[in-house]
Amino acid sequence: MTLDEILEATEAELLIEPAYTFDLEFACASDLMSDVLVFTKPNMLLVTGLTNPQAIRTADMAEAPAVVFVRGKYPPQETLELAEEMGIGVLLSPYTMFETAGLLFQAGLKGIGKLPTLRQQ
Amino acid sequence: MKRQFALLGLMGRGGALSKIHELIREMQVARVMTSSPFTLTPEDSMLQLKNLLREHRISGVPVVEDHELVGIVSIEDLIHALESHRLDAPIGDFMTRTSLVTAHAQEPVMEALRRFEVTGIGRMPVLDARGKLVGIITRGDITMALLRALQDIYSEVEAIQDRPQHFFEALESDNTSLQLRYRVEKGDFARGGDASAKIKRALLRIGASPQLSRRVAIAAYEAEMNLIIHTDDGGLILADVQPTEITIVAQDSGPGIQDVELAKQPGYSTATSQIREMGFGAGMGLVNIERCTDKMSLWSALGVGTRLQMMFQVSPEEVGEAEEA
Repeated sequence: MTLDEILEATEAELLIEPAYTFDLEFACASDLMSDVLVFTKPNMLLVTGLTNPQAIRTADMAEAPAVVFVRGKYPPQETLELAEEMGIGVLLSPYTMFETAGLLFQAGLKGIGKLPTLRQQ
Repeated sequence: MKRQFALLGLMGRGGALSKIHELIREMQVARVMTSSPFTLTPEDSMLQLKNLLREHRISGVPVVEDHELVGIVSIEDLIHALESHRLDAPIGDFMTRTSLVTAHAQEPVMEALRRFEVTGIGRMPVLDARGKLVGIITRGDITMALLRALQDIYSEVEAIQDRPQHFFEALESDNTSLQLRYRVEKGDFARGGDASAKIKRALLRIGASPQLSRRVAIAAYEAEMNLIIHTDDGGLILADVQPTEITIVAQDSGPGIQDVELAKQPGYSTATSQIREMGFGAGMGLVNIERCTDKMSLWSALGVGTRLQMMFQVSPEEVGEAEEA
């Protein structure tokens, strides 16, 4: 899915233009950066409600070329500056995490599929 | 040797040689010509031509009448006018009117070049599919365009030559190792991940595959965030990079972990809600680190500090696959 298709599907606003053109197959929606890092695949779109610079850092580590911030939560300046510096695209979706993810899924982006049970303390 | 082969391979498929080929066969006149050229009418004087040529340092001008191309007038015609002292004469008296040689905007530059050779002329008006004048082209325009394109190809090949194709290829010794050290401050969330990002760039720069640099960076990032979140006064990240193995150590001097085995359990975390709001502290850090490393060891003592050692074997699939541009 290209940048234009993502923008259209989520009615998002483009805040930072990504440094590279891309055609993505997968997305990961989470506010837990560790989860993003666990589930990462190259060329995955990151969808998150977490607007601090760590979201951009995580995208950089996970090689996500763009991040979609949800529910219209405008990211702080330092997040935008880091994204600009790292060449990571920033989009702002007016929909909640659930709806943004749903729209992207409907438009053809895939998730990572079924996971095994993880028993916690 | 190896690099030369890589370069040749690149030239073969979608590389420099095929680019030159494409350039010669496919570059269209429209890309090379001067578009919207100056024009004159047959009624304008040769003096006006002289001024136009001098002012814009050009050597010829298409002549139009009612938006139709009717001829071309050049510096040679101006010399004839000067010789016969007829600078005030109309351009119509001197211009080339019959057997006008033109180029087409969509034809390959090579076709135009051939026509220059056959006719010996210096410039051609360029017409579009409907016969409308859209530009003018000289031999010089073609030469410049080809030189520029060759320059682009040359820079591209040079960039490829400069980039290591294989892990550690550029460095030779009996026992090569690269050591990187980073100081990580407690609570410095703004710069959190900076050290890991730098390790990742360093690995890519010396020729590690994207897969290898990525799993090292992810583990280092989790460890770096642990230093920022959990330590008393930050810590150090040390990376020891060798051709077959990468070791990263994150160490601090307190407070130490009470129960190391418990800390390794998925979902276990002592992070505050403030840290959880920042997207961390889900208790998955060490689990994630273990997944990315080939060997992980965690030592800690309360009141002394913590040392996390992460080992990465550089597998054969992870070398020599430096990303192609």
